Amino acid sequence: MSRQPADQQEILRLTDLAVHFPVRRGIWQRKMGIVKAVDGVNLTVKRGETLGLVGESGCGKTTIGRTVIRLYKPTSGSVWFEGKDISTLNERELRPVRRRMSLIFQDPSGSLDPRKSAGNIVGAPLRIHHLVKGRKEYSERVEQLFRLVGLDPSMIDRVPHEFSGGQRQRIGIARALACDPSLIICDEPVSALDVSMQAQIMNLLSDLQEGLGGLAYIFIAHDLSVVRHVSDRVAVMYLGRIVELTESAQLYVAPKHPYTQALLAAVPIPDPFVEEAREHAILEGEIPSPLNPPTGCTFHPRCPYCTAACKTQVPELREVADGHYVSCLLA
Amino acid sequence: MSEATTGTMSGAAAPAAAPASRTPILEVRDLRVQFKTPLGTVNAVDGVSYELYEDEIVAVVGESGCGKSATQLAVMQLLQSPPGRIAGGEVVFEGQDLLKFKKNGPEMRKVRGGQIAMIFQEPINSLNPVLTIGDQLVEAYELHCGLKGQTDKQVAIDLLKMVGIPAAEKRVNDYPHQFSGGMCQRVMIAMGLSCSPRILIADEPTTALDVTTQAQMLELMKNLVREMHASLVIVTHNLGVVARYVERIYVMYAGRVVESGSTKDIFGNPRHPYTLGLLKSVPRLDEVQGSRLIPIEGMPPNLIDMPGTCAFLPRCPYAVEQCRTEPWPELTCVGEGHCARCYVNVEERRS
Repeated sequence: MSRQPADQQEILRLTDLAVHFPVRRGIWQRKMGIVKAVDGVNLTVKRGETLGLVGESGCGKTTIGRTVIRLYKPTSGSVWFEGKDISTLNERELRPVRRRMSLIFQDPSGSLDPRKSAGNIVGAPLRIHHLVKGRKEYSERVEQLFRLVGLDPSMIDRVPHEFSGGQRQRIGIARALACDPSLIICDEPVSALDVSMQAQIMNLLSDLQEGLGGLAYIFIAHDLSVVRHVSDRVAVMYLGRIVELTESAQLYVAPKHPYTQALLAAVPIPDPFVEEAREHAILEGEIPSPLNPPTGCTFHPRCPYCTAACKTQVPELREVADGHYVSCLLA
Repeated sequence: MSEATTGTMSGAAAPAAAPASRTPILEVRDLRVQFKTPLGTVNAVDGVSYELYEDEIVAVVGESGCGKSATQLAVMQLLQSPPGRIAGGEVVFEGQDLLKFKKNGPEMRKVRGGQIAMIFQEPINSLNPVLTIGDQLVEAYELHCGLKGQTDKQVAIDLLKMVGIPAAEKRVNDYPHQFSGGMCQRVMIAMGLSCSPRILIADEPTTALDVTTQAQMLELMKNLVREMHASLVIVTHNLGVVARYVERIYVMYAGRVVESGSTKDIFGNPRHPYTLGLLKSVPRLDEVQGSRLIPIEGMPPNLIDMPGTCAFLPRCPYAVEQCRTEPWPELTCVGEGHCARCYVNVEERRS
């Protein structure tokens, strides 16, 4: 992370990113406290790479995604996208940047306008960014996008409720691809889908990455087996911080942080023969309130290996092996 | 499904699972549920039969729209009607056919919630937002155990402790929005188990929850039903989630059971192409990096005008000529307590 020279391949770099939200209560909306949704995150994403972000709800993974696309303004730190610091740009300056990245949402029906036709939805980015000239080029491009995500172009005039959940997610993906982005932030893109649809969408995402060349994903999900399957590298988050970052192959073989180990243990393997042999250490408790996070290592109240030092000392994210970063005093 | 098949099914299932003397606590026979829609009648559940034995944990697995929830709602007589309607079949619980009872009659009200309890997918939607957790627990307890006005908050506190909610004395006065999703689901489990039911039906109990919380919930439910000698039915779309916890599995597709058997049979030797497809389409933590998922192509069928042939045929990679010409086969036994509804011997074709 600390290696400074920004190589050509790097597409996104987050440095000491922090996003804090004030909590307001009462009729005067007095500030009651601060939620540190993201607190000191350093990350890079390379061109054509898939970076997985995984953690329980409330760990800040969605906030990172939304800050990258600047739906939220960072409290401190910076977001470098394609060699430019975009953390302080205003809306007008952001417009060309947003053409280069897009979002896929969790709820495929909630993220599509129910009164607009599928073609209209997919073509919206083309119109907003004036990417095509004339009606003919527009409809050609929309049809091409439909085919790209495996939808029949004859369905262009249908409205979202006429599609199944999996097809709606395909519409969302087609829209995200419309302006030819170099980075797509996938926020829980498969968790609302049936198992067989999940597989179709995950295969589609990896096919697109291969076919389009240089497309990078930030893949946000709470299911480690899904994240591990699609990602090249995985960052495990807990209460706004990254606790472990490594190649996804390494993650299952050699998890270093106790939280990663607990997450892995919680994911069932769909095979009763393997399950019988596995240890079932279930992580007790819940993620603490981010309004009042624990001192020291924020994971210490749930950690089975907690020592006295863990309660006071905040661990730094450090490299324990090549490309394997862990923030744990005991690692 | 015919009477004869049901007979062979239970005949084979019983010796495999337990001594022959073991009688099922719940027996669903040839259940049919229809929904009237402007486009036609949907046969959501089309002749489903299954048994549940004492102290047993069973999973009903299938994609959305396969009729797995409609089956359970019909058992509880909770189907919204219209448009839903139970078109036939029997639900035998302790020797009585529940479908003979009036939906809101005293007999059904005694069974529902008291002897057969159900918990739902979205815990936050199942709780009343303007009543405290304690009030709701006490209300459910008094209603189903027939103790109107005889209990107090202590009951609720004990129930919350049972499901592992910290500081139960304080939390009992909280409202549902002050609880997290996992905590709400714990409350629902407490409510469901408050009258020591014989059967707990959990409809997608973990789908809206985090992975760590999912494991906690399943573990909690398993331990509690074991303690109470109750049986548990877990309805889910994810085979992987249940592998660790259930003894037997029913796989449903297009309103029918397509395969049933012990967990080890279903995973180790799946005999229906749909089951095999479900197994292959989930990513596994222990898979080789870079391996590709094999999804089930296509989409679930439209249940309004179903062809007489196998409903899985359009998506099936193993289909043979017989599948196209002959009607959907009956559920036939392929091993001890292991039944599948398919002409093709998938096991042979795979190798």
